[in-house]
Amino acid sequence: MNPGLNSAVTSAINSGMAPIATPWFFYALAVVAVVSGVLVITRRNAVHAALALIVTLLSVAGLYLMLYAPFVAGVQIIVYAGGIMVLFLFVIMLVNIERSSKERRFNRMWPVGLAAACALLALFVSAIAKGKALFPDRMMPLPESSNTQQIATMLYGEAGRMGQYTLAFEIASLLLLVAILGAVIMTKKKI
Amino acid sequence: MPNFITSYLGSTVTPGEAGNQFWALIYVLIIFAGVSVAVIAMNWIERKALAHFQVRLGPMRVGPHGLLQPFADALKLMLKEDIIPAEADQFVFWVAPLIGLLTAFTVYTVIPFGPSQAVSDMNIGILFMLGVSSLGVLGIVVAGWASNSHYPLIGALRSSAQMVSYEVAMGLAVVSAILMTSLNEKGIGTLSMIGIVQAQQQQGIWFIFKFFPLGLIAFAIFAIAMIAETNRAPFDLAEAESELTAGYHTEYSGLRWSLFMLAEYAAMIAVSSIAVTLWLGGWMRPFPNLLHASAWDFIFSLFPGLTFLGLAAITFVGVARMPADSFFKIQRIGLAVFAALLGFIALLLLVIAIAGRSADTSLAARFREGIDYVYWFVLKVAVFMYLFIWYRATWPRYRFDQLMKIGWKVMLPISLGVLVVTAVVGVIVS
Repeated sequence: MNPGLNSAVTSAINSGMAPIATPWFFYALAVVAVVSGVLVITRRNAVHAALALIVTLLSVAGLYLMLYAPFVAGVQIIVYAGGIMVLFLFVIMLVNIERSSKERRFNRMWPVGLAAACALLALFVSAIAKGKALFPDRMMPLPESSNTQQIATMLYGEAGRMGQYTLAFEIASLLLLVAILGAVIMTKKKI
Repeated sequence: MPNFITSYLGSTVTPGEAGNQFWALIYVLIIFAGVSVAVIAMNWIERKALAHFQVRLGPMRVGPHGLLQPFADALKLMLKEDIIPAEADQFVFWVAPLIGLLTAFTVYTVIPFGPSQAVSDMNIGILFMLGVSSLGVLGIVVAGWASNSHYPLIGALRSSAQMVSYEVAMGLAVVSAILMTSLNEKGIGTLSMIGIVQAQQQQGIWFIFKFFPLGLIAFAIFAIAMIAETNRAPFDLAEAESELTAGYHTEYSGLRWSLFMLAEYAAMIAVSSIAVTLWLGGWMRPFPNLLHASAWDFIFSLFPGLTFLGLAAITFVGVARMPADSFFKIQRIGLAVFAALLGFIALLLLVIAIAGRSADTSLAARFREGIDYVYWFVLKVAVFMYLFIWYRATWPRYRFDQLMKIGWKVMLPISLGVLVVTAVVGVIVS
């Protein structure tokens, strides 16, 4: 165990909070996430793949909890596992699974995919190799109890001051609004 | 180890916060048993109440006034053959009811029965509840698809469309209640379920009456959306008998079917608890700041015992009114024993209320306090459960296009408007 984590754990104990987030949980969640992630791309049945994706998303939400980011974990469950995946399943259920699972795969993109995967792997390896220089050498103070407030301050600012990410947040929401309008215009013949 | 167990007893926080896994487990078991009993009772009350609404008697044969009917049903369902259709997707068919059941029971970890009477207090409590209960729709969708049959598929499509659309209005109504929690000196709101009730305590008003009528409108929207969320009448299109046989669980039988029913009723209790926590003051007794003298405390703490005493009295009247024929002898004895049991519970609660009337920190006083909190919370939830039955007996089912129209064109704009107006009023007031 690295010293940074140790000090974080002791500070957690000192603040009256027993450390539930042990490495054991990390490994369990990581294994579940990776295995179900592999299942997503290997299952030929689209519904099985979608269910595996839900498991991946939920275990990632667990990992967020371990990073003392409960708000992100909650939003991950609501938006991805609860909202988007239900719509995914909704669409998949209307597809004829038997025919599509017997169809020959028609994409020829695997060299590109392989290249992208290799690039990602290289990124991970370099991040691990140069970890000391990239990341702070100790854990951040744990803002678990005020996690949600801090996110709000970053996104919306406080006391008349613009937050760190207010502009980016507004632009992202504008993009989403454009996407919603586009979907409505494409499906509705007469508005 | 014994030290670990006893050290929690004087604590004023939930076992989850105290980091005491032992008591957390005990609380989980108590809640699981309590919810299961509540579902059994709800089953009986629903059949009886619906029958009386329609001038019928309802179950009368198994036990006095059909009191043992739910147990007979449960036994029958357990012994029934468990059929998995040959064309069904075996694994998904098997796992679907478990998804529904797991999500319905997981949300109970954050439901605050009292300031320390919850398994845990998360600072994302309400977010967690909404998120996990929105996963419940997965069980329904997947069950409908895995059955590989027409009625279940249509039922699943309907119910998922319905749940996704009503979730939006529901979420916005919840947000307007959360906004109200931030109206304190510090201007910091909370998402924690316990924190929300404490905010109502601090501001001295239930959020249903806050900024009248804004809180009331938000509450009404939530109360409508929660019926749609749980697929109950008049929004039970997913299981419209006349059109779809039984909807998404048409192909299910035996124990697996009963798991769906258990999940449905557990989810009903869970959403009612959200409504009670957000708008109706959670565990607080009526008028805690107007009638705050310790004499009032004592009078209100007698309520749990008196409720059970009333139930026992009603049951005794039932015993007296039974036909004198020897054919009913066993039933009469059984009902009398049940009445005696209720009376005993009433006596126990009254003794605790009197023993713990002093507002000190003795064990009896703390116990009395805990019973009070749980009693008021459960009473408020019980009102909602009765409303669910009442709605079902009263209103005809919506058509699907009407349902969607109300969800998107009426409820969503109103809840958005309430949210904006609440925010504006909140800024002006503070």
